Amino acid sequence: MSQQVKNRAALRAATRAYRLRLVLARILRYLLLSLGLVIMVFPFYWMISSAFKTAAEMNLFPPSLAPRNWFNLDNFRIAFEKAPFARYFLNSVLVMLGSVTATAFTTILAAFAFSRLRFRGRELLFSLLLSMMMVPFEMLIITNYQTIINIGLNDTLYALILPFISSIFYTYILRNFFQSLPDGLYWSARVDGCTNWKYLWKVMVPIARPSLVTIILLNALASWNSFMWPLLVIKSDLMRTLPFGLYTFTTEVGANYELLMAASSVVVLPMVLLFLFARKQIVRGVARGGIKG
Amino acid sequence: MQVRMEGLTKHFGATRAVQDFTVTLASGELVCLLGPSGCGKSTVLNMLSGIVPVTAGKIYFDEEDVTNLPPEQRGIGLVFQNYALYPHMTVMGNITFPLEIQKVPPREREARAREMADLVHMGGLLARKPRQLSGGQQQRVAIARALVKNPRLLLLDEPLSNLDARLRLEMREEIRRIQQETRVTTIFVTHDQEEAMSISDHIVLMKDGFLQQHAAPQELYNQPANQFVADFLGNPPINNFEGSISGGCFVMADGARVCLPGFAALKEGQEVRLAVRAESFVLAEGPAGDRLACRVDSVYQMGKEEMAVLTFGGTPLRAYIPSEEGLKPGDQVHLGLKDRGVFLFDSHTGERYL
Ligand SMILES: Nc1ncnc2c1ncn2[C@@H]1O[C@H](COP(=O)(O)OP(=O)(O)OP(=O)(O)O)[C@@H](O)[C@H]1O
Ligand SMILES: [Mg+2]
Repeated sequence: MSQQVKNRAALRAATRAYRLRLVLARILRYLLLSLGLVIMVFPFYWMISSAFKTAAEMNLFPPSLAPRNWFNLDNFRIAFEKAPFARYFLNSVLVMLGSVTATAFTTILAAFAFSRLRFRGRELLFSLLLSMMMVPFEMLIITNYQTIINIGLNDTLYALILPFISSIFYTYILRNFFQSLPDGLYWSARVDGCTNWKYLWKVMVPIARPSLVTIILLNALASWNSFMWPLLVIKSDLMRTLPFGLYTFTTEVGANYELLMAASSVVVLPMVLLFLFARKQIVRGVARGGIKG
Repeated sequence: MQVRMEGLTKHFGATRAVQDFTVTLASGELVCLLGPSGCGKSTVLNMLSGIVPVTAGKIYFDEEDVTNLPPEQRGIGLVFQNYALYPHMTVMGNITFPLEIQKVPPREREARAREMADLVHMGGLLARKPRQLSGGQQQRVAIARALVKNPRLLLLDEPLSNLDARLRLEMREEIRRIQQETRVTTIFVTHDQEEAMSISDHIVLMKDGFLQQHAAPQELYNQPANQFVADFLGNPPINNFEGSISGGCFVMADGARVCLPGFAALKEGQEVRLAVRAESFVLAEGPAGDRLACRVDSVYQMGKEEMAVLTFGGTPLRAYIPSEEGLKPGDQVHLGLKDRGVFLFDSHTGERYL
């Protein structure tokens, strides 16, 4: 009898110890995750909160975590007065739309040709294209610069779009996806009188939508953040895009960090929002097409 | 619509997929294209649909030469093994797609799609996406999509291979029913002899790109044109015995002999193969000219009959014997031959003599 009681007590103690371990492990896990979250998010938070602080608040020591007035838009007003950020924003949007639309279009057509059409030298041509991916960006910049100068497009928005209207990498991704579609799909449609063009837009593209959305978002991000190239081909103030404009703004306002943070928020926020909204699509596309940004 | 192939040939580089294929398929029939894997069945089908250009030969639909007609002008419906439904469209969208391409007005499109969906018993699931359907249901949709534009010819390439055994039986009958109702000339590719035997009006049997025989299922079974046809059909497989003709009898290497009327007409010393279907044996009394002296190795109960595995002159053979004979392993018995299901082939060419 007493033996049984002892056993039961021991069992209970062991169970309790085990439970405790589980709980501790979970606490540790969440602590680590929270730490990661803080490390990731805090810079963003700092930027955004600083954008609403006054110059005096910025210089407080120890620094304050939140602005006194979350509705203080003075910094944005001053920043927009000191530099044409609205114009930069518009330029960025135009360049992004132009290059994303063009890239999507050329990528879809090229992927279709390399996966579905039969023509002599197709594989050779595609291997050549793939090998082009080895050429470093810095080398392309020089030749692209010369080309842009030669056709007299420097200092225009076209110069920012033209070198980015196609992508070998995205073509490769999409071609692989197209190739994975069964032949029967294509021939069923062809036998019904569907042309290649119609098949592409009515069947292939809708099926590839998750991959396409991912491609477009990654492309939009790259375009939005592009800095080196605009720096090279844009001279006049009004043609600058946001990152470039922000850069020159930095040198102008010097140590006025609250202005800088307001301007930075304007640059960064649209992409953050875009990705928050499209998160599901991106994850799906990455899982499906094996795309790694 | 009648389908006529004349000297149809397809080479893929060095591979001779289809060779000198000449056959006429009657209008309104369900014809099975049967043969082992890699014998060129799909290639024949793809030439009929225009997916694969021909190397040589002609294809006629009725009297029209369609050999060089592009696929969309041939008026055919296609069904593939993997269904090939458009995954982003509903069942309704899939069935109406061919009509949409042909610019049929939406009203009529839907009406015809509904009619087809009812025909294949899918009327209740029009709003589903393909991934929400079972394999059999997907195949029904694929058939409806192929039939909705009233094709002159329906081509099915191993449409049942992706289904499990029970569903296969069910869909097989469904395809037969749909074909009977629509009366559309249908070519059905399969490598399953039982499937072919059970649903087709005629069977076209091929091997290595060559046509072997074109006949009704029973005729194919009862009157095989050559050794390959005899071997390919039937379960259990036909029993083959190697030997030669001597003194008007079939003689095996160990001296066992079988004498049947007709053997006498063959050349002395000719090397031949005697082929006997399992159901063509009868238990017989005592030795006689056409008796096979066998030993029983094992016996399996199969319904009202038994399948016995016996040995005749060192060669194992399978025979259906009535249960009431009560065969036991080790028994010595004599087997006689029935008139039907006994053939004699050339050992080398496979050509049939009797
Ligand atoms: N596009 C092609 N290129 C080269 N060879 C091919 C091509 N298509 C088929 N073949 C060859 O032609 C022969 C016949 O192929 P086919 O697909 O017609 O056979 P099948 O009877 O349909 O076989 P299965 O039952 O396995 O589907 C095979 O040897 C195959 O390897
Ligand atoms: Mg095949």
